[in-house]
Amino acid sequence: MIEKQFVISGSEGLHARPASKLVGSLAPFQSDISLIYKDKTVNMKSILGVMSLGVAPGSSVTVRADGSDENEAIAKVEEVMKSEGLAE
Amino acid sequence: MAAKLSGIAASDGIAVAKAFRLEHPVLEAKKRRITDTGAELSRLDEALAASRRELEEIRERTAGEIGEEEAEIFSAHLLVLDDPELIGPVKDKIRTDSVNAEHALDETASGFVALFESMDNAYMKERAADIRDVTKRILSHLLGVTVPNPSLIREEVIIVAEDLTPSDTVQLNPVYVKGFITDIGGRTSHSAILARTLEIPAVVGSRSAMETVKEGDLLIVDGSAGEVIVRPDDQTVADYTEKQQTLGLQREELSRLAAEPSISADGHRVEIAGNIGSPADAAKVLEHGGEGVGLFRTEFLYMGRDALPTEDEQYEAYRSVLEQMDGRPTIVRTLDIGGDKKLSYMPLPEEENPFLGIRAIRLCLQEEDLFRVQLRALLRASVHGKLKIMFPMIATVDEFRRAKAVLLDERDKLKAAGVPVSDGFEVGMMVEIPAAALMADAFAREVDFFSIGTNDLIQYTMAADRMNEKLGYLYQPFSPAVLRLIQNVIDAAHREGKMAGMCGEMAGDERAVPLLLGMGLDEFSMSASSILKARAKLAETSKADMEARIGDILSMASGEEVLEYLDGLK
Repeated sequence: MIEKQFVISGSEGLHARPASKLVGSLAPFQSDISLIYKDKTVNMKSILGVMSLGVAPGSSVTVRADGSDENEAIAKVEEVMKSEGLAE
Repeated sequence: MAAKLSGIAASDGIAVAKAFRLEHPVLEAKKRRITDTGAELSRLDEALAASRRELEEIRERTAGEIGEEEAEIFSAHLLVLDDPELIGPVKDKIRTDSVNAEHALDETASGFVALFESMDNAYMKERAADIRDVTKRILSHLLGVTVPNPSLIREEVIIVAEDLTPSDTVQLNPVYVKGFITDIGGRTSHSAILARTLEIPAVVGSRSAMETVKEGDLLIVDGSAGEVIVRPDDQTVADYTEKQQTLGLQREELSRLAAEPSISADGHRVEIAGNIGSPADAAKVLEHGGEGVGLFRTEFLYMGRDALPTEDEQYEAYRSVLEQMDGRPTIVRTLDIGGDKKLSYMPLPEEENPFLGIRAIRLCLQEEDLFRVQLRALLRASVHGKLKIMFPMIATVDEFRRAKAVLLDERDKLKAAGVPVSDGFEVGMMVEIPAAALMADAFAREVDFFSIGTNDLIQYTMAADRMNEKLGYLYQPFSPAVLRLIQNVIDAAHREGKMAGMCGEMAGDERAVPLLLGMGLDEFSMSASSILKARAKLAETSKADMEARIGDILSMASGEEVLEYLDGLK
């Protein structure tokens, strides 16, 4: 299991468009991927789960991946976060 | 009896037409016991597959007919449709409770709708509508019920609905649908956003329209005031029709200009072009009467992806723009990254002063392979229109010569390989560094054209980071220092018989247009939505009159003084 922290930048937080890109890119992974914000943990492959967190700009989130391709999954999250301007 | 309803002004304009009530069938999700869970699960899977096909079709059509951005909502719908946190529990419920798919779906989805509706953020509340829309679609397939299709309407109407789902909204044909009213929704709901894109007047959140309005009632929608008049008397209809005509005339006056050339009051012709960031933007430039593309920012090809774009991908994008512009001049700026624009897959070293660092042409000359791919794609596309290649951030004549040499080298190689390349493409530079503006006479002998990038020229002239809000007062387009540099560039170009254009924010500024006309600027490039206003401004300005004032303006002591003087001319 691995974890990585991200600080969500951008003016809108984790809204529909970037959230869709993130969730959409994670479907192929075997690993369980969760997004943790404040004290809530949701399935990161679920658009409803991710959006229900209402992550505000400037807040810190943790991504946890657990499974055979956990390293690749975290790398993907990081890449999409950057390309969507969600994290530095 | 006339009745008046008020709601939220969602999209400007006035519409007068008969009411068309758009009612969704009640999708009953009554609980039933089932015995064959396997069959129930496959019934659900079939409904999901049918919904997926429909959504994919709507997404494609929306992308083609309205725009890529508007189509994104359906990508989100597709994700909801496959959401493991939605579909997983539905399937569990069917298995463990032995209930029908409709009930299992309705219960699970209602939980999410309630969750989103309870959030204290308007944007999140609106997302509940997306979940409802997707749920309705799946339910209609489970129940074999047809959902009403507003695209079939064939007379002028105003749609009245409790709410319009995003799928309803994209099916509204603006030829027949003159406006709409919904009882719920806010300014940021999809339907409101789309109404503004389609320029249909709309009032949302009217609460009681469904209760008050009967099918066929005459309605007036005032989308600017957020008001609806139901069954108005003749006098009211006459008043609003007049108001509507006045609004229409103002709009028409501007759109009439779309087909006109850009000519000053005393008959001097210039070119007004558009700035674009992707091939899709070219259509907007043409729609607003742009006479060319004065700046095609190619960064979009490189950003928001995992790897460098291939030569073919780039070629397709350039060809698309050139073909759409159909022989009109099209200036493509080569890659301008570094500074505040970074690529995830191409890490650049951290710099103390990124705006003074390795960006744009500096980077391209260091990473020549990257540069050559883009140049080849451009050269191959050159046969499809009037291509003008522009290098950004040129500081010295040597940089321009080196960049041009790489370009010509690629041209020769392509020609040797038998690939057709136009002989008519031009090579120019962006003037955004004060050193280049001062040395414009030396550059003018070597380039085919100049385009002044005012955003950077101002920040480099004033030595003030334009991202730093506290230094906002130094961002002065009208500073005589900036104006003298601009004048120097225009004069140098004209002495060599070359074109001087401008593609920064300033070119579309209504106060700057008369000034730049007087200074002799040949081409003004701006965002598509500014083109018509700039053309109208130009038509009422005399070039000779402004020209006579330039000497005085350039001798002024401050930008404030220049602005005050320009404001006094009105």
